This record gives sequence, structure tokens and C-alpha cells, in this order.
Amino acid sequence: MCLAIPGKIVEITAETTHSALVDVVGVRRRVDLGLLQEDQPKAGDWVLIHVGFAMSKISEEEAHDQMQMLQMLGESQAAMEEVRGYGLDGEEEKIS
Amino acid sequence: MKYVDEFRDPELILKTAEEIRRLTDPQRHYRIMEVCGGHTHAIYRFGLKDVLPENIDLIHGPGCPVCVLPMGRIDDGLSIAADPKVIFAAFGDMMRVPGANGSPLEHKARGRDVRIVYSPTDAIKLAKLNPDKHVMFFAIGFETTAPSTALTLQRAKAEGLLNFSVFCNHVTIIPAIRAILDSPDMRLDGFIGPGHCSTVIGCRPYEWISADEGKPIVVCGFEPLDLLQSIVMLLRQLKNGEAKVENQYKRVVPWEGNRAALKAMNEVFQLRPYFEWRGLGFISQSALRIRDSYANWDAERRFNIPGIRITDPKAAQCGEVLKGVLKPAQCKLFARECTPESPVGALMVSSEGSCAAFYNYEHRKTVTISNLASVV
Repeated sequence: MCLAIPGKIVEITAETTHSALVDVVGVRRRVDLGLLQEDQPKAGDWVLIHVGFAMSKISEEEAHDQMQMLQMLGESQAAMEEVRGYGLDGEEEKIS
Repeated sequence: MKYVDEFRDPELILKTAEEIRRLTDPQRHYRIMEVCGGHTHAIYRFGLKDVLPENIDLIHGPGCPVCVLPMGRIDDGLSIAADPKVIFAAFGDMMRVPGANGSPLEHKARGRDVRIVYSPTDAIKLAKLNPDKHVMFFAIGFETTAPSTALTLQRAKAEGLLNFSVFCNHVTIIPAIRAILDSPDMRLDGFIGPGHCSTVIGCRPYEWISADEGKPIVVCGFEPLDLLQSIVMLLRQLKNGEAKVENQYKRVVPWEGNRAALKAMNEVFQLRPYFEWRGLGFISQSALRIRDSYANWDAERRFNIPGIRITDPKAAQCGEVLKGVLKPAQCKLFARECTPESPVGALMVSSEGSCAAFYNYEHRKTVTISNLASVV
């Protein structure tokens, strides 16, 4: 919850501009962009994610450092579990 | 030794540690508080104390939201889940946190509908998937997570989603720092400021700490080098008799914070007159409640909340540890009655709590920076 997870924006969904498909070490989930309204990221940008929301835009280098730091803290598994859980673990598609 | 390569630029780390030694006045005792629980975890994990001079004490602050939540709030939230029509949704961090009658996970085992969500927006999805039920999201966190809850409430209102509500336990970091500085038995020389919380609030809200209290504060990243560099910045200020707000984590934290996030928080939340913090007691204007315009989505207004208050056992000295008066191991219950597996006090509950971090790392160090000297 408190540690930020780095991810790369793969695709911004046209109809819902407040969400984007984000890749976190190969796991792709939808992430909310509503808190970056004043500095909208585009595909290819890197962001820090907290509880399913992109909170800040960062450089690719910073993203790699952040992921390495999560590993060093022993938190990378918990981070990936969190990312996999976004969208109720795939339930999202059933709703729409 | 196998982890040593993980540290980027070990030479720079050792140089920075040397710089810290040069800047330290051997006649002086330094007390520096890291406010954020993430920093506490990193400090123990990386064994930073080993490279600091003995007269620098790192005091672990109140910035772990799970640790400072009074037990009664968990019981209040779980009391709502006694209604079979209610789904209790919370982050995984909350699931093992004990209430007086067990943790959310234990309530689930007793047949309550308790679900983990990883994002507050997923609680909305849960509500849509279960139109015959009411989904109550147990919201927790500092300014790092409060904006996400705010946006989620805005969406629920926009969609007229009425089988959804939020039990709001969001707290704010500035009043907690003020309470610590106001505490009579507290003496601090400076602060390592929170990293991710500051991406939202920026650096300006800390200015009173330097201007009015005369203490330096450096907003800091989470890597070992970030922490050591921030300590250098603090020591330089102390040596020069300065007190400024500085930003060591510029690569992520903008000075003005995240305006969209602050706007959403302001639209949805207002300050509570006071709120209880575990270990610190009641602090005025230190927590957020849901505004009247969102009353339909406020679990505290939609349900009867018992308002349970449970005081921590007298023997648990969480308050003293939280204020840095005692070290974790100096508490009478530490590693005896109170362990991470069976926590009595607040600070043993989460991995970011100072007692849990001390317990997990102090006796089984897998890597410390002092090891680096032998390999560089």
C-alpha cells in the first residue's frame, strides 16, 4: 500500500481516458490515470503506482531503480501480488 | 555477501558514509526522526545504523498507517460486516491486523464476507458485481492513498452507485509531526521527510518545521544512498546553524506536490476535529472525514457505528517508542508477549512498524552496508 510500484504505460484506452494498460515486469493490468490529469502520461511513459493509481511520472532509469529497490527490501513479491490483483484478478472483463 | 552486488555504486555509499563522519561533531548527540514507515523498513533492511557514527540516533516516526490506527476502528469496521448483506473490502495489509475480536481474516474464517482489494476502484467493481450486497471499503493511509479513495468516491457518486460506501480512516502527516514536536519529552535535531506522501503534498507543508520550530527537514528517497545523502544534507544544515526544507528526492517529488490529487482530496474530504492515533492519543485536525456532499457514500453515516475504544495494554510502551523515548527492544513486551506473529502493540503489526522492523532485521541481518568495505 505504501510502497510505489513502477510500471510502463502500454496503451491509453480511448473511451476511458482515466485508465491505461500498464506493464509491470510483464504483468499487464489497467491502472487509473485520474491523479495525473494535469500531466497526462502517454504510451511509453513510466509511472509510479500506488493502490492502482498512477501517482507520478518518472524516468525509465528511476523505474528500474525502484523495482530493484523493492527486491532489495524483500517487497517485490508483495508488489507483484498487488499488481496481479488489480481489476479483481481479471474479473474486470466480465463486468464490461 | 551474496546481496552486496545489489547496492548500486557501493563506493559512493562508502564515500557518503565518510562524509557523514566528517560532518558529525563528536561532542554532540544527534537525534534524527525518519517520519515514514517505508524509511524505517529500509533503514533496518539495509543495516544503515552500522555505517552511522554512534552519536547519531535514528528515531522512528509515526508514518505507518496500519500501526497508528486504533484497534477500536478495526472493530467498528468489522461490526458493519456482521450484516450478512455487507461485503467488507480492504487492502491486504489490513487483513491480519487484530481487532479485539480477531482480525478481518479471522472474521472471514467465521463466515463474514471479507475480501481483499488492491485498489479502491476494485471495491466499486465488487459493488457492481454484487448488486444485492453492500460493499464497504475500509480506507486507510496517509496522503499517499487518500487521493485514490477520493477519486473512487467521486466515481461512485457520478455513477449513482448506492450499494457502496467508504469507512474512512485516512490520516494526515503534518499534525502527527506537530504532535511529536509538541511532546514535552521529545528532543529532535531534524527530520528525514516522507517520500511518497510528499509526491502528493509537496514540500511546502513542511516549511513551518524549519521556520517556526527551527528544525531542518529533508524529503528523502528510499534507497540506501538516498537515506545517507539526506543525513548529509541534515548534518550540513545543523553544522551551519541552518533550518531549511530540502528535497533530496527531486527525481520523484515536485516542490508543489500533485495538484490534481490535492484537489480531489479537498473536494471529497474535510478535516475531523480530532482523531485518535494508536500510541499517540488524540490529535486535533489530524484525520479526514467524508464531506456532507458525499454522505450517501460515508459508511459512518449509513451504518450504526458502535464507536469502540480499546486501549493498548499498559505494559505496551508503543507511545514511548513512537516518540523515540525508548528503543523497540527497551519495551517490556518486545519479543516476549509482543512479536510480529502475535502483536500486542501497534508498532509490531506491520512490516513498516519500527518494532517489527527491529525484530525482523536486528538479529538476522542478511546484508549490511558495513560488509561493503571488504569487497570494494
